[in-house]
Amino acid sequence: MIRRSLSLFAGLFVLILVVGWLMGLPFTSSRLVEAAAYALIALGLNIQWGYGGLFNFGIMGFLMLGGFAVTFMSYPVNAEFWGGDGPMLLGRALLAFALGVLLVLAARRSDRIGITGRWKATLVVLAWFVGYCVYRSQIDPAAAYIEANAGFVGGLGLNAVFGWIFGGILAAGVAYIVGKIALGLRTDYLAIATIGISEIIRALIKNMDWLTRGTLTVSPIPWPTPLPQDYQAGGADQVTALLLARGGYLALAIVVLGLAMWLVSRAYSGPWGRMMRAIRDNHIAAASMGKDVKSRQLEIFIFGSVLMGIGGAMLVSFTQIFDPSSYQPINHTFLIWVMIIVGGAGNNWGAVFGAVLIWLVWVVSEPVAKAIFETISYWSTTVGWSEIPDIESRSAQMRVFVLGLVITIALRYAPKGLIPERVRQDA
Amino acid sequence: MTELVFFINQVVIAGAVLGCIYALGAVGITLIFGILRFAHFAHSELMTSGAFFAFMLAALFASWGIVTPIPTGFVVLPLAMVMSAIFALGIDKGFYAPLRKRGAKPVILLIASIGVTLMVQGLIRLFFGAGSYSFFETETKDVFRIDTSFLGSTRPLVITEPQLLMIVVTVISVLALHLFLTRSRLGKAMRAMADNADLAQVSGINTALVVRVTWVVAGALACMAGTMLALDVTLKPDLAFNIIIPIFAAAIVGGLGQAYGAIAGGLLIGFAESLAVFNWTMVLRPLNAVLPEWAQLPATLALVPTEYKLTVAFVILVVVLLVRPTGIFKGASS
Repeated sequence: MIRRSLSLFAGLFVLILVVGWLMGLPFTSSRLVEAAAYALIALGLNIQWGYGGLFNFGIMGFLMLGGFAVTFMSYPVNAEFWGGDGPMLLGRALLAFALGVLLVLAARRSDRIGITGRWKATLVVLAWFVGYCVYRSQIDPAAAYIEANAGFVGGLGLNAVFGWIFGGILAAGVAYIVGKIALGLRTDYLAIATIGISEIIRALIKNMDWLTRGTLTVSPIPWPTPLPQDYQAGGADQVTALLLARGGYLALAIVVLGLAMWLVSRAYSGPWGRMMRAIRDNHIAAASMGKDVKSRQLEIFIFGSVLMGIGGAMLVSFTQIFDPSSYQPINHTFLIWVMIIVGGAGNNWGAVFGAVLIWLVWVVSEPVAKAIFETISYWSTTVGWSEIPDIESRSAQMRVFVLGLVITIALRYAPKGLIPERVRQDA
Repeated sequence: MTELVFFINQVVIAGAVLGCIYALGAVGITLIFGILRFAHFAHSELMTSGAFFAFMLAALFASWGIVTPIPTGFVVLPLAMVMSAIFALGIDKGFYAPLRKRGAKPVILLIASIGVTLMVQGLIRLFFGAGSYSFFETETKDVFRIDTSFLGSTRPLVITEPQLLMIVVTVISVLALHLFLTRSRLGKAMRAMADNADLAQVSGINTALVVRVTWVVAGALACMAGTMLALDVTLKPDLAFNIIIPIFAAAIVGGLGQAYGAIAGGLLIGFAESLAVFNWTMVLRPLNAVLPEWAQLPATLALVPTEYKLTVAFVILVVVLLVRPTGIFKGASS
């Protein structure tokens, strides 16, 4: 088993070398940094699906939260916003929000004063509606004012690492709410509910222009490590500066990944991990042994989402641009699922292996498809047929097809993944 | 009366059109869930590919110079539905049947259906690119403007020819589906198997045949929904991928496994979406004359801003899952 994993990782290393040789060092180095971030995200999904058996199809939402968090924490301070009436208006909107929450909570407790049954339900619905209207009446003018006078809220100008941490915290908070709502549902329902929630998050982040600038995008977001320009200012030539800067970022990303991996593996090999496996394999039996299935599942859902939030933040601060409309379910949810299925659910090394492998396949399939199409086009024109039109855009679409092909083949011939879960039997 | 006609144009017609499309898609999803017990994500791709089949047939008809009184998209629909049914059978044979034979869990089938989604979408984009197409490049889209001045309205009632046909075709196919499920032997077998697959098998129902019929019905209905959506807006590779979650919401709201629930859920979500973004000021404007200065209605008074239209379906979905997870019509919950 160990030998198989080692040879697979050796093969992956050779693949990275081949890609580096064919596509050049700048391309490969940035893909590797992204692969490290995706490995962290895949680790998060591995906790949720591999350990907990939870069906999270809302990964995109958590990645967006991470991206927003790092933008908010690390983007320079917007003096126009803080100097104007914006903070005051936002404070009032926040008060209105709190008022709405209080109203709903009060309506839910109305049975204390003798209002029950249908009347209570009506009252709760009414409280929701009134709360919503009160909040809208405050937030709409605030949003319009900020968008007109300051553009958007801006950031706090802190180091990006704080943004990563905040991304994790934000994702944890949202995961708590989502988990409270959705974790009681069975698999298919949970999948659809999480997709729905991630679409709601996407719509909110995309359209709250006062907070995120929406489709106008925010850039440039600073790096936690020195940028290539900083090295160039210090006298290094262009290629060295690029490699040094990306190497620094990659080192930081790998440190975070290694730390997460160490913590997760420690937890999973202990009693906590055994309990999680028991809940995953038979939650009824686990519940009868006195395990609190619901709150354990909520716990694991939050842990996984934290890693997703941090990973999403790492991706955004690396590309230096936060573009809410670039988030797509295919690129940010299904891709991660393919990584886990191919790598091996329930095995951390499998998750990391799958993440790096699938990310390379995803980015390489476009140039490879282009080369294949050009060859076919060359032959077809030589024998007198017409050439293939729009090779550029067509080969870009091949990535999606290749992804689908990989997952169907994996499910058919290696349903447990390339590096399957290992369960120690001696304990 | 102008306000009422405006309301009908903006909410009733738009909601009915959207609701019909959601309902037809949701029926297929709910039938597959009832028989095979998994959420079939690739249904969106059945819809999109069905629309592309119809589009190719319509282009073929146009190149032969055949001119039809109604939009060609509707004329070629039966042929495209047959092609889609065969396509759905092929997908089942190629991707889902081997997994079922191995005894894979429904969850694995769900993931496999996502793989199928990606593959079909990749293929469609490979052949048709990422641009959009229209069924009405060679023929005109007739718009009926019904004069309502006899009611004292200054606006006409507006409905396009495809929209009118779409509602008619949906009603006919829902009736046909109802007769099939309640009167025919196969339809009864389908309902029996959805109720209890093992019991159906021991009482001599050919379950393999029922599975095939399910795919045929689901594929044909998906093709119909996709083509009609493409006729109403434009045809593009992510045509149905963007609305698969509202369709799932419709199926769940109606109760997964309940064909009639899916139709009700589809119409409910369609109307809710168009009602939520409706600008109430347009209807309530006469009130401005009686209201005092400080309480004048704002220019837009919609429940949710237009850019959040799609989230309405998700919010309904989440609320239904919370309050009544089995749906309005008590769906299957295995």
